[in-house]
Amino acid sequence: MALETSRGETTVELLSGADMIARFLKDEGVEYIYGYPGGAALHIYDALFRQDDVKHILVRHEQAATHAADGYARASGKPGTVLVTSGPGATNAVTGIATAYMDSIPMVVLCGQVASHLIGEDAFQETDIIGVTRPIVKHSFSIRHPAEIPMVLKKAYYLAASGRPGPVVVDIPKDMTAPTERYEYVYPNKIKLRSYSPVTRGHSGQIKKAVELMLKARRPVFYTGGGIVTGRACEPLTDLVRRLGYPITTTLMGIGAYPQSDRQSLGWLGMHGSYESNMAMHHADLIIAIGARFDDRVTNSTSKFCPTAKIVHVDIDPSSISKTVRADVPIVGPAASVINEMISLVQDREPSNPEALIEWWQKIDGWREERKGKLYEPAEPGEPLKPEQVIEEICRFTRGEAYVTTDVGQHQMFAGQYYKFDKPNRFITSGGLGTMGFGFPAAMGIKQSYPKDDVVCVTGEGSFQMMMQELSTCKQYGIGVKIVNLNNGSLGMVRQWQDLNYKSRHAHSYMESLPDFQKLIEAYGFTALRVESPEELEPALERAFADKNELVFLDIYVDPREHVYPMHVPLGSMRDMLLSKTERT
Amino acid sequence: MRHIISILLENEPGALSRVVGLFSQRNFNIESLNVAPTEDETLSRLTVTTVGDDRIVEQITKQLNKLIDVVKLVDLTEGNHIERELMLVKVKALGAQRDEVKRTADIFRAQVVDVAPGVYTVQIAGDAGKLDAFVQAMAPIGILEVARTGVSGIARGDKMLSL
Repeated sequence: MALETSRGETTVELLSGADMIARFLKDEGVEYIYGYPGGAALHIYDALFRQDDVKHILVRHEQAATHAADGYARASGKPGTVLVTSGPGATNAVTGIATAYMDSIPMVVLCGQVASHLIGEDAFQETDIIGVTRPIVKHSFSIRHPAEIPMVLKKAYYLAASGRPGPVVVDIPKDMTAPTERYEYVYPNKIKLRSYSPVTRGHSGQIKKAVELMLKARRPVFYTGGGIVTGRACEPLTDLVRRLGYPITTTLMGIGAYPQSDRQSLGWLGMHGSYESNMAMHHADLIIAIGARFDDRVTNSTSKFCPTAKIVHVDIDPSSISKTVRADVPIVGPAASVINEMISLVQDREPSNPEALIEWWQKIDGWREERKGKLYEPAEPGEPLKPEQVIEEICRFTRGEAYVTTDVGQHQMFAGQYYKFDKPNRFITSGGLGTMGFGFPAAMGIKQSYPKDDVVCVTGEGSFQMMMQELSTCKQYGIGVKIVNLNNGSLGMVRQWQDLNYKSRHAHSYMESLPDFQKLIEAYGFTALRVESPEELEPALERAFADKNELVFLDIYVDPREHVYPMHVPLGSMRDMLLSKTERT
Repeated sequence: MRHIISILLENEPGALSRVVGLFSQRNFNIESLNVAPTEDETLSRLTVTTVGDDRIVEQITKQLNKLIDVVKLVDLTEGNHIERELMLVKVKALGAQRDEVKRTADIFRAQVVDVAPGVYTVQIAGDAGKLDAFVQAMAPIGILEVARTGVSGIARGDKMLSL
């Protein structure tokens, strides 16, 4: 940074590579780094030690660092930052990088590397992490000279957060951060990448075409995804959907982009999506897809997907358009700007088939009616709790305003189905990669940035055991997340598939020798409550949510026979769903 | 259908592996691959021949464009273009075979560029079809070794792939 001396001369600061990293992170506005030290990263750790601006959170496993940074990014919309050492430090981060990549989450991962002269010699703790992560990053950099550190880091943060966001890995050989070599440091305010310029608006002609189709539609459905959340397009989307009065369904990643309590919301769609959303998609004559990618967990068989619908597809990533399902009107552009342009075009106009739309809503309300009261049967006193009712109770207790993270499996689907979200960035889940172990560290990352909010990790005893070492991190930093362990003594979703497809041969989907979670949690100095029957639930929740700063673990025994419904019939269309254990449609 | 995709790539370490990795990662085909520096030292030019239907080739070009190191690309097969490949072939050349090799080479406008006892090395340039035909013609005489560069191409007329 250029500094002015008392005599008005401009001097330039000389910093070591490690100090440049610490200073850059401050100048970039990074609040937290999640990381774990090791040989190749020690110069950087020393630089962090000598400053107070950027807070470093020491996790207990590098995978947790990536998930925590990811959770922070999803809740705040800002890129998460991870710092790990070379070799095993970096490879441990791989699952978290892949998780962020699949869900398009902005993240910068700084990896220590062995010194330049040792690269390629199979040195101690050497891994070609650029090579290992190549298919799961938006881009990666290797530092070749300390002087390029500020510019490379600036590019890394810019790439991670712009366009379709994603993780960026920066590999930093140890000699690049040596304290003895100092170079000029200037925070780069501007960067230019000649091969990268994300679109800033959609094609007006295409948008006009889409709007004409939208106004003429008789059975329209909005189908929106995570792109609305990362693209900060929730407000314009809500405005557009309300103006038109059309139904909207979101993906798991797009939950909360439109208030779920609103009448026009059909909930989320796909394999375990709501009955009415899947039925509406199948019977629609126009699908307006924005920031969604027609993922296989949404579409079911693409050859049977929405047979009567024309498709408008808006996405910032051209490669998402017509990848699995052909779009009739493709629009490449950022969700917010395209939606705003759509709003200006529909402003003084009305849909041209009001009668057809009334009929369409009657049909949708009919589907809603069909499922009313049939979702699940709450447990009677003395019976094991139903996971669905646990989630509903938690939703009620937190007034639907908590940040809810999940791991992967049945509990994830139940959390998505029975917690009602009216705000975006609140349902935080590994949708694309389906990473068990994501929920707890992600909750940690969120809680630190939102200490006044309730952050609930809904998990299962399978997933929780993948990252439970982070209890120690929570103890060190006083992170008061609530952990809801839906304990069914089995890997519920695996078991469900085995019940449906393998004649209930439960190959390795049960958990023998579970720990006594209460004792385990108490060993870290936290409170754990065991809930075994319905009447114990309310007092336990009351205790758990009494103090926002206290970590409480609820070990809730739920009915292990419960399955998640609806469930798509494999290779079918969107309307082909199993609705209960006995009923097929 | 066969497509020839020419790519201007940042001349950065690891850039090539991103392109090649993309093809295997997404299950795309590579028939041949050719890469060399250009007149601009910051850029490499890479030519890939690939086979796929329209949907796949559309995905290939979109995914390639998404790579940060890819500066620009063109599917040459979308317009008129010139396609060339260079091949070096070692063939058996003993007694009467020596004339036979030389005659066949002349027909294909190939040149004998190296001679050793019993072996001719022939150089030939052309499109991939011509090179295939030459290999077929030489096969009965006895091919010992083949080295092909892979296809390189350029658009006809004033169309250009440049910054």
